[in-house]
Amino acid sequence: MHSSAALAEQFDDLEQQHESSSFGMWVFLATEVMFFGGLFTAYIIYRNFYLSAFEAGSRLLNVKIGAANTAVLLCSSLTMALGVRAAQLGKKKLLITFLVLTLLLGLAFIGIKLGLEWRHDYLEGFAPGVNWTYHGSDSRHLELFFCFYFFLTGIHALHMLIGVGILTTLIIMAGRGKFSPQRYNPVEVSGLYWHFVDIVWIFLYPLLYLIGGRY
Amino acid sequence: MVGHVVHKRLYILVFAGLIGLTALTTGVAFIDLGKWNTLAALAIAVCKASLVVLFFMHLRWSSGLMRMALLAAFVWFAILVALTLSDEFTRQWTPVPSSWEARMQQNVR
Amino acid sequence: MGTAVVEPGIESRVHYLNASYGIKSWLLTTDHKRIAMLYLASITFFFFIGGAAAVLMRLNLISPQGALLEPATYNKLFSMHGIIMVFFFLIPSIPAVLGNFLVPLMIGARDLAFPRLNLLSWYIFMVGGLFTLYAVIAGGVDTGWTFYTPLSTTYANTQVISAALGVFIAGFSSILTGLNFVVTIHKMRAPGLTWFRLPLFLWAIYATSIIQILGTPVLAITLTLVALERVFHVGVFDPAVGGDPILFQHLFWFYSHPAVYIMILPSMGVISELVTAFSKKRIFGYSFIAFSSVAIAVISFLVWGHHMFVAGQSIYAGIVFSVLSFLVAIPSAVKVFNWTATLYKGSVSYQAPMLYALGFIGLFTMGGLTGLFLATLAVDAHVHGTYFVVGHFHYIMVGGAVMGYLGGIHYWWPKISGRMYPDGWARLSAAIIFIGFNLTFFPQYMLGYLGMPRRYAVYAPEFQVLNVMSSAGASILGVGYLIPLVYMVWSMRYGPVAGPNPWGAKGLEWQTPSPPPTENFEETPKVTEEAYAYGTEDTQVA
Repeated sequence: MHSSAALAEQFDDLEQQHESSSFGMWVFLATEVMFFGGLFTAYIIYRNFYLSAFEAGSRLLNVKIGAANTAVLLCSSLTMALGVRAAQLGKKKLLITFLVLTLLLGLAFIGIKLGLEWRHDYLEGFAPGVNWTYHGSDSRHLELFFCFYFFLTGIHALHMLIGVGILTTLIIMAGRGKFSPQRYNPVEVSGLYWHFVDIVWIFLYPLLYLIGGRY
Repeated sequence: MVGHVVHKRLYILVFAGLIGLTALTTGVAFIDLGKWNTLAALAIAVCKASLVVLFFMHLRWSSGLMRMALLAAFVWFAILVALTLSDEFTRQWTPVPSSWEARMQQNVR
Repeated sequence: MGTAVVEPGIESRVHYLNASYGIKSWLLTTDHKRIAMLYLASITFFFFIGGAAAVLMRLNLISPQGALLEPATYNKLFSMHGIIMVFFFLIPSIPAVLGNFLVPLMIGARDLAFPRLNLLSWYIFMVGGLFTLYAVIAGGVDTGWTFYTPLSTTYANTQVISAALGVFIAGFSSILTGLNFVVTIHKMRAPGLTWFRLPLFLWAIYATSIIQILGTPVLAITLTLVALERVFHVGVFDPAVGGDPILFQHLFWFYSHPAVYIMILPSMGVISELVTAFSKKRIFGYSFIAFSSVAIAVISFLVWGHHMFVAGQSIYAGIVFSVLSFLVAIPSAVKVFNWTATLYKGSVSYQAPMLYALGFIGLFTMGGLTGLFLATLAVDAHVHGTYFVVGHFHYIMVGGAVMGYLGGIHYWWPKISGRMYPDGWARLSAAIIFIGFNLTFFPQYMLGYLGMPRRYAVYAPEFQVLNVMSSAGASILGVGYLIPLVYMVWSMRYGPVAGPNPWGAKGLEWQTPSPPPTENFEETPKVTEEAYAYGTEDTQVA
């Protein structure tokens, strides 16, 4: 009875359901690669044309905060992976613990990025279209760098926020005992999504913070 | 019906590797390698991403179909970048016909 | 040949249309067949809105000074015509209506892999449509459906953001539909249904879904950048601050070229089905057609620069894109040859679906060949931005895609509604459409070749005769489109009842009653024969 409640009508068996669910999420992640890919393409081109301005912009970012945030996100991937494992083993309390930890780490990331970094850049006058005060040499190209900085990290943060929403839903569902070793697809595919958002950051961190000639 | 369950220890090891690589890439950024800085940063990022994909996202134990989906995405991204760059980077290649060159010099004078 | 079989007592049978009543049962349905019907209603609505824009445009072009409209208004009309026809009619049409209805039936499944996601797709589509309709009502957008920068980002003072938002949202609908189909086709085929026993319609839908999945996200991010640039007055595509307007075109066309294959591939899939069913003959070159669909999907991503030959793109990139564009014509030609070979020595009957299929083959071929002229860099330098291009893509989109769509709707109508439409009226409409279409768009090839530019409300007086011909053709075409609306609706109530397989066709969808029950099949079918196994069961020799 437990397994029949877990099986959706359109599927023939739990294995088909599980595989379809995972495959569906991987296909969705492929669309996300292309979505960010468009932005990365534009970034690559402009970085190539305006190297000195982009390097200068990169040096204006705070590496310590960037590195710390990277660590926060990597931790959250660990807790997410452990959460999926707990779901596979039917350990409800452990699952909820790890989901909550992942959620808190995700919120910490967003808080640091928006509350610390963005706020700092805004106050310093490096926020294109909103508060841009730098008028030195090559300022228009520097502004272009910061456009990409805010667009890339902003769209990334939006994806994190959506992830936070998903995690909240999972925590509620887990609390209601909706997951079991026979049916934990939602946790697993949410994990895939979360890890993907982490991977985007894994590329954003060096591309934005680290290749500005900091030596 | 449970998918592949991974040892806690493996996850911790992968996590340690990720933190280590993050420290490495941050450190390398402060060393002057000239052109190689970018390449090093990207290479390390690819390593980190691979660790996440293979172990956290279980691709190591997943079917070929899932791998194809991810591979397709990266190939298509490569197409987008390569063909766009084929235009952006070759715009200056077009040689100016000598008659134009002469007229341009005339206008400058 | 192929007349309806009257089945007594059909009214008492429960099927997907009468399984539940009330608006909630439709708006909250997860049945792929009902969702297909929701889409059918929506895209028909959008087709006539886009068509109304076209009517006004063609009326205006009767006179060289512009008979009806100010240029600013004309610009808004061609933009809205393009946006609505492309994003809210053509792209969803076959996948969301026929695909949604048929994919589970053709693979012997009870529904798609993600039924609730399917419903969400429709709602997302409608929200996108609402934003776009708002853009129309609030003053329109005049950038063309192509949103070129810096007009769209800096200089236009029209509803660019609402329209871009509408398209962005509708894009998600497209992505989710494609995702659903890919997972379903991979994971939910009936026992015995191997990849090479799939109906070719499913190969086409699969290839289309690949394009939707990999291409649409790039459009999404590109439109996002346009909106951000407009809102924050930053210069991602603005040359004054170092931005590159051609970069916009690269990102835009990376999706929008494959998008035109989203529009034509499913139609080709329909034609494969129609040609074999109405020749009562196994399709010629099954694997060639199957592989050609995938080849088109892949190569379509390599050719987008042919839209930018004269935009300022480097000539070297232009050469590469030109060569690749020639390449993409090959798989399409393969299909045309195979369809023709299927007809040869077949037992051909000329009901309306077949008329649409034959019309497709001729008109698509013409459109495709003119595509090769456009792919030729040297020729394109002269005809880019002229009515030659307009003629080319309408031959493909209207002469091709729309006729395939109508052929498919007519062919599967008995399965969808349980009724037959009146074939006499249907054949008449097909003929009217064919004649009206050619009268509308053939003169446009000539106009373009003679030098008339596109997207202009006025033109040089020597072009008037051809323009009047084109407008006259458009009025005939319009009548041709209205008639099916009438008799299809009529047939839902008064058409003769159709049995499970009025055409005597092969395919799992014909093995279940018309209309199908909600769960599609009493028992999961087992597939033991190849696709289109005509002439194998009795002594009939092809």
